[in-house]
Order: sequence, then C-alpha cells, then structure tokens
Amino acid sequence: MVDPRTSIIDDRLRDVNRIIAVSSGKGGVGKSLVASTLALTLAAKGYEVGLFDLDFSSPSTHMILGIKGVQPKEERGILPPVIYGLRYMSIVYYSGEYATPLRGADTSNALIELLSVTKWGKLDFLVIDMPPGIGDATLDLMRFIKKIEFLIVTTPSQLAFETVRKLVSLLKELKIPIIGVVENMKMNSSSVIKEKIRRLGVEFLVEIPFDPKVEEAIGDVNKLLNTVLAKKVNDVASKIVK
Amino acid sequence: MHEWALAEAVIAAASQIAEEEGLREVTEVKLKVGELQNLELDLLEFAFSQLKPIKFKNAKLNVEMEKAEFKCRVCGTQWFFKRNELDSSSSEAIHFLPETTHIYIKCPKCGSPDFEILHGRGVLLESIRGVK
Repeated sequence: MVDPRTSIIDDRLRDVNRIIAVSSGKGGVGKSLVASTLALTLAAKGYEVGLFDLDFSSPSTHMILGIKGVQPKEERGILPPVIYGLRYMSIVYYSGEYATPLRGADTSNALIELLSVTKWGKLDFLVIDMPPGIGDATLDLMRFIKKIEFLIVTTPSQLAFETVRKLVSLLKELKIPIIGVVENMKMNSSSVIKEKIRRLGVEFLVEIPFDPKVEEAIGDVNKLLNTVLAKKVNDVASKIVK
Repeated sequence: MHEWALAEAVIAAASQIAEEEGLREVTEVKLKVGELQNLELDLLEFAFSQLKPIKFKNAKLNVEMEKAEFKCRVCGTQWFFKRNELDSSSSEAIHFLPETTHIYIKCPKCGSPDFEILHGRGVLLESIRGVK
C-alpha cells in the first residue's frame, strides 16, 4: 500500500528554482519575521516568490504581513493567493484563529497534504517559515524536498546558539546546504556568536540589532520594510541572489 | 484532499508502480479513502478519467470508503465521525486538511482535542492490476 500524495510532491515543486527553509533551534528568535521580510525583499527585487508558513502550531506570518479574509483558490488543486507580491500559503486558511493541537504524525500528514495539493507554479524562490527545532516538519522537509536549503536564525543567547549548533551538525551530516546564519536581536557589539558560527564552517550572514520598532510594524508591510531588520535582511537577500 | 489533486497523485503513484512491475497497460486502480477526506467520488472519478494517460485508458478506479473512528488519548472514549454535526466551514476545512479535525472535533466525553484517528484518514493506493 502506498500513500499516493507523496508521489506528486516533486511535481508540485518542479518549477520552483530555490527552496529556502528559514529555521532555528529555538522559538522566539525572530524566524518568522526574517522569513516574511526575506520573502517580501526578494519579491521587491523582482523575483517570483512564495511564502509557506509551516509552523502549524504557532503560525504567525499572516499576522506579520497583516493578512486577513483571504482564501486560496481551487483549480485542480489549491492556488495560493498573491498577497504583497507573494504567493502565500498557511494552515490559517483552514484553522482560522483556533489552536491547532497536532501530534507528530498529524504534523507529518498535514505537511504532506499541503505539499501535495498546493500548486505554486513557477517561482524563483519559495521561502518556508519553519517551526523551531528538528522535529517532524524539519525531518519531513528533508525527506520530501531534495533541493531544500536552510537559512538559520539565532540570537546572541548561548542557549539559542547551542540549539543552532545541533541543527547545523545534523544538516551537515545529511549534506543539506546551509546558506548561512543570521544573528538577530543583537544588543551589544560582541562577536562571540559570529566566531562560533564561523568555527562551525558555516557562513555568518548578518547581525540584526534589536529594533523595538519592529513590534510596531507587525501587520504593516510598508512599516516593516522600513525597519533596520529589513535593511539587514536585504543584505542577506543580496547574498542569496548572487 | 482536493479531488483533482488526489487524482493526479494517484496516477503519479500508480504509474510509478506500473513502471516498476513492467505493466504495459493498467486495468484497475484500487484505493482506500478515509471518510475524513470528505471526497466527492463522482468528481474524483471524473478527474481520474480526464487526467489518465494512455497506459490507463481502460483502467477502472475502485474506491473503498473507510469510516472514520477516533479514540481519546485522555479518557479512552472511542467514537465515530459524524459529518452532519459539523457546520459547513468546519467540514470544508477538514476536507482540505483532515488534521484540522483536532480543531473542530472534541472527545464527546471529556472534551479533549487530543485523540487518535484510528481509521478513516488519508488515502491509500491499495493495489493496481494490469497487463504485462
């Protein structure tokens, strides 16, 4: 017996040039903000971009982008609506504002379902906002998406770095490409994390200072694109498209 | 799951098996479909007939429906899915993403959303028949 859904995933992503999973070892490091801003920045550079929120238990990119009252279209599958130039897909279309209490097998099933029904079409970049850690969603993406690359977000916290170290080690062992690491919410000039990241043999992409204005920009794309975070993410985007 | 997307996935999976088994023609595709998928079988059959490649031109699609049953992980209660107890938007959400069951259905005894789907979720390609 075969689950037929997994046979179509490759085909659904055939015309997507690069698939970037924005990931972290821990939650609360600003991964969804970096993923949303990166997707917007790449779209502003003229690329065809999709944003896929895979954080099923705590989706937040729809709040960051201020998306409300939108539903995907059905056309021999699901067509993600285009919002702020992004083809946007999230579990919130189906879960609304309710809590989504999913165990591991449910997470895998939901992920396979969305990967097999969503018709992204031709994209230069698909940015995926991952749940934190190396749980089911991360393992499933590695299993189903052969061309996946990881962009990792950490904070200056040693605790966050320790989980990043484990994530990097797993990805390297599995020979999965790592674009680099972003150090977010930086509050001083310490270069400890930068050095540690370099010692892992991974590119240190950028430091993003802690910016209290980011909170005010939640739900307002124009404000978001004018934050220091967006300027720094623009540097990351420039490195990615090189 | 969306009927057209499913038909496409079934053909992709069956084609792969036919290739591996050296079948030059596929005559039957047997599916087991969980009740939670809330599929319109007529639409699935229509999509299958429209999408099937030449190798499948005489292929019949046989679908067996499986009733959905749940077991609460907290109090152990077992119960069957009753679609008519759901409003249309919850039913639609479950159709597209059956895992949202855990949002819209609760254990009838203790109210927990932490239950196991014993049967009736997903789609399985059970077998294919054909000519070598």
